[in-house]
Amino acid sequence: MKRFFVGFAVVSLLLAGVVSYFANSNPDGLDHVTEVHGIAEHAEESPLSGSLFADYAVGGDDRFTGVAGILGVVVTLVLAGGLFWLLRKRTPQEK
Amino acid sequence: MSETIAMHMSDGLLNAPTSLLFVVVAVVGVGVALAKARGDLDDRTAPMAGLVAAFVFATQMLNFPVLPGVSGHLLGGALAAILVGPWVGALCVTIVLVLQALLFADGGVTALGANVTNMALIGTAVGYLVAVSLRRFARRGRAGIAAVAFVSALVNTVVASGGFVLEYAIGGQGGVAFGTVAGAVLGVHVLIGIGEGLITAATVSAVTAVRPDLVYLLRGTEQKLELRA
Repeated sequence: MKRFFVGFAVVSLLLAGVVSYFANSNPDGLDHVTEVHGIAEHAEESPLSGSLFADYAVGGDDRFTGVAGILGVVVTLVLAGGLFWLLRKRTPQEK
Repeated sequence: MSETIAMHMSDGLLNAPTSLLFVVVAVVGVGVALAKARGDLDDRTAPMAGLVAAFVFATQMLNFPVLPGVSGHLLGGALAAILVGPWVGALCVTIVLVLQALLFADGGVTALGANVTNMALIGTAVGYLVAVSLRRFARRGRAGIAAVAFVSALVNTVVASGGFVLEYAIGGQGGVAFGTVAGAVLGVHVLIGIGEGLITAATVSAVTAVRPDLVYLLRGTEQKLELRA
């Protein structure tokens, strides 16, 4: 059980920390369509676009995408895992 | 070179009332999911669900090419629903989207309601409904569940992108004709859906190989067997 969970976490960390450098940097389908049809002209920058980890970089330096990715995986795991752990049914079960 | 990895709807594409409308839709939907999720979470599935959310976050970073100059990425609704159920799955994708918007400035803040509605609510619900309707094939081994995962994820991507088409029709900026937006958005998301289908099939198949007991879609069968044992 533990081995599977650790393995699953390691896979996510590797994807976000290493494989993310090989991600395609072209706009995604939605961005592409909004750009082609002029809808994107109305897009506003996120009010958080100046924040430290904006655009999965660190201080605007996308050489650190992997660092931002690992941070994201850890924060997601802690927040989601914590929320689900608090929400869970607490029936005392013997294994 | 600072290529931005913007992946979700930005602020400003929808007018303010429409953005607000979908904030309300998202809050109601997530509230229902929160209330229902409890029944699907226990000491075993809670950590699994946290890991699924982290995996969706990681995989959403991995844009893959779909056309020259156009990429796509996983949305994750079908993946999460098959592994941890629709209610918990919707919460997994919601947490990812909120974190992306707040920590990584990916996707707008006022657009968060629409993004959550499309990817976390519509995508997860549709992906799950397709998966459940094909569940008898999913019980026929790994190839079966991989095929079900592929189809569920493909449909999840296309219908979730239809959420944007709907929102744009209600209150989009720029006045582009409905048919134009619908054709362009749905068309490219069929291609993205194929990528989403392949990733979802590979992931669900891998989990099924080692821990079939942790696959929500397969749970019904297994519990009956356990009760009789």
